[in-house]
Amino acid sequence: MKRAIFRNQLLPWLLLAPQLAVTFVFFLWPAAQAGWQSFLREDAFGLKSTFIGFENYSRLFGDPHYLNSVMVTVVFSVSVAVLAMAVALTLALAADRMIKSAQTYTTLLVWPYAVAPAIAGLLWWFIFNPTIGLVPYALDMVGIDWNHSLNGTQSMILVIIAAAWKQISYNFLFFVAGLQAIPASMREAAAIDGAGPGRRLFSITLPLLAPTSFFLLVVNTVYALFDTFPVIDATTEGGPAQATNILVYKVYVDGFLGLNLGSSAAQSVVLMAVVIVLTVVQFRFIERRVEY
Amino acid sequence: MPDRPMIEIASVTKTYGRFNALDDASLAIRPGEFFSLLGPSGCGKTTLLRMIGGFDTPTRGTIAIDGQPMLGIPANRRPTNMVFQSYAIFPHLDVEQNVAYGLKRLKLDRAEERRRVEEALAQVSLKGLGRRGATELSGGQRQRVALARALVMRPKVLLLDEPLSALDKKLREQMQVELRSLQKAVGITFVLVTHDQYEALAMSDRIAVMFDGKIAQVAAPKDIYQRPVNRQVADFLGGMNFIHGNLVGENGTAIEVETKGFGRVATQRPAHWAVKGGAVTIGIRPERLRVLWDQETARHELAGTVVDRHYFGEITHLVIEIPGMDKPLSVTETNDFGADDIPVGAPIRIAYEPDALVAMAD
Repeated sequence: MKRAIFRNQLLPWLLLAPQLAVTFVFFLWPAAQAGWQSFLREDAFGLKSTFIGFENYSRLFGDPHYLNSVMVTVVFSVSVAVLAMAVALTLALAADRMIKSAQTYTTLLVWPYAVAPAIAGLLWWFIFNPTIGLVPYALDMVGIDWNHSLNGTQSMILVIIAAAWKQISYNFLFFVAGLQAIPASMREAAAIDGAGPGRRLFSITLPLLAPTSFFLLVVNTVYALFDTFPVIDATTEGGPAQATNILVYKVYVDGFLGLNLGSSAAQSVVLMAVVIVLTVVQFRFIERRVEY
Repeated sequence: MPDRPMIEIASVTKTYGRFNALDDASLAIRPGEFFSLLGPSGCGKTTLLRMIGGFDTPTRGTIAIDGQPMLGIPANRRPTNMVFQSYAIFPHLDVEQNVAYGLKRLKLDRAEERRRVEEALAQVSLKGLGRRGATELSGGQRQRVALARALVMRPKVLLLDEPLSALDKKLREQMQVELRSLQKAVGITFVLVTHDQYEALAMSDRIAVMFDGKIAQVAAPKDIYQRPVNRQVADFLGGMNFIHGNLVGENGTAIEVETKGFGRVATQRPAHWAVKGGAVTIGIRPERLRVLWDQETARHELAGTVVDRHYFGEITHLVIEIPGMDKPLSVTETNDFGADDIPVGAPIRIAYEPDALVAMAD
């Protein structure tokens, strides 16, 4: 780390000021507001608010809808992370085998990352649209009646695919880089010790890829938990019957549609706690485990 | 089967685009031999080694190991093993797991597997370090683990890709001796790739010197050093004085060459040599020229003047101008009689044995 020594005591603060201001105005202040608001109850017309302590929280954890949303979020996040990483790893392993066309292949696979989440959601909404979509048409031929606006499971599958699809490119890039960082001689050494392609993959490549995988697991979980709002909003809007109502979406629905600002704020605070935990995990474990 | 080569390389060519990494190389390596592929970087020695190991396929030509053609057989099914330049120790496994990696496939019982791992670790003097993590090893230890991992598989052929180049000089010299005695003990055919001529000379039974994808000469260390087939080989293996001469007599492989300074030299015709207009290059190694002190005389001597002197601790290089010769001669003399005290400009006499003079192709 490079260190600069300033003679003027004020200058360093002055140089940091823009960043500090941004952090304060757009993060600390709203977060504090949400924290404060989570202890208040606002009347329906927004005319007055009453301090109610932890009541918003205790209600939250007694609310079956909220607990349902927690479950939905767990299923959704785990599925998105696993699906996005598994597909990306498969593609990365394929790309790693290629010599000449790998560049083109990589470039093409990165494109989905440039698509805005809402548009990605919309794309998949069209593909899976029960009336005009291609997939329901194909599924109908094998006897599956697809209608995600009625069927909660199908609805969940749709949002998982839409959310995972966007993340595949990102994971792919990291996996390709991770694979390229494994010296060829490692796999050659395993090969000359008699290990076939399958054993090389499971005993050498995947263990050496573990730091990348762990990093991506955290990143993907964070993505699935917090950045998938537009995907849900563009496809299912949390429905049917709250089957895809993940926590971030519920914050929005309860706060801006239900106008229950106190509960919405309490939910935000819970989510913030989750983010903090994940960040700590990321720093504690990843920073230490990345280097061999 | 008497004298069947362990490795038979027949007219192997490897082409990358238009570049010939290896050009029509043929070689027979004997069982139990310590064989070195020596050459500057880019000469094709590593390419050849990788093709023996099955990591690259020849564009043309065939490779057979122990009589079995190797075409289409992947690295994991060949009777070879390899020590990589980077050692390629698996970082997520400890020493024992690294060594046992290949044994897992053989599905030995636990006791037998342990016994073989212990044996391999003992062979490379790593006993007791089995539980050490791969990242907690020094360079020399990593080298030994890589060696143990290869030996434990009891391959017919062990390939070594510049295995000592990452070690410091002292450790490297120690490992050269150890590798050599280990090879004699286990009796496995070793094929070593190196760009270090001293390493090749010190360790090998035979050496193949390679330049630009071609094998220039295959011979025992002493022969290759004393009787290089051409100037390139001579130069690569160490210092050499080159003297121009003219062919004056020829009888079978025996030739006579008239030179300035050394007079009429009787020597042998080198391999792959075509006389062009009767001009012949004669070479003599600097250490085969000896300083004559005081009243000492010799049958073959030359007189001249010291024009330069380089001190190297145990030896001194003298550059000596001989009247009538085009170029000054380099002479290496040990310092036990005070060669390091000969002043520049002093008159000097040197002696040589005629059989140290060799004819070579340009």
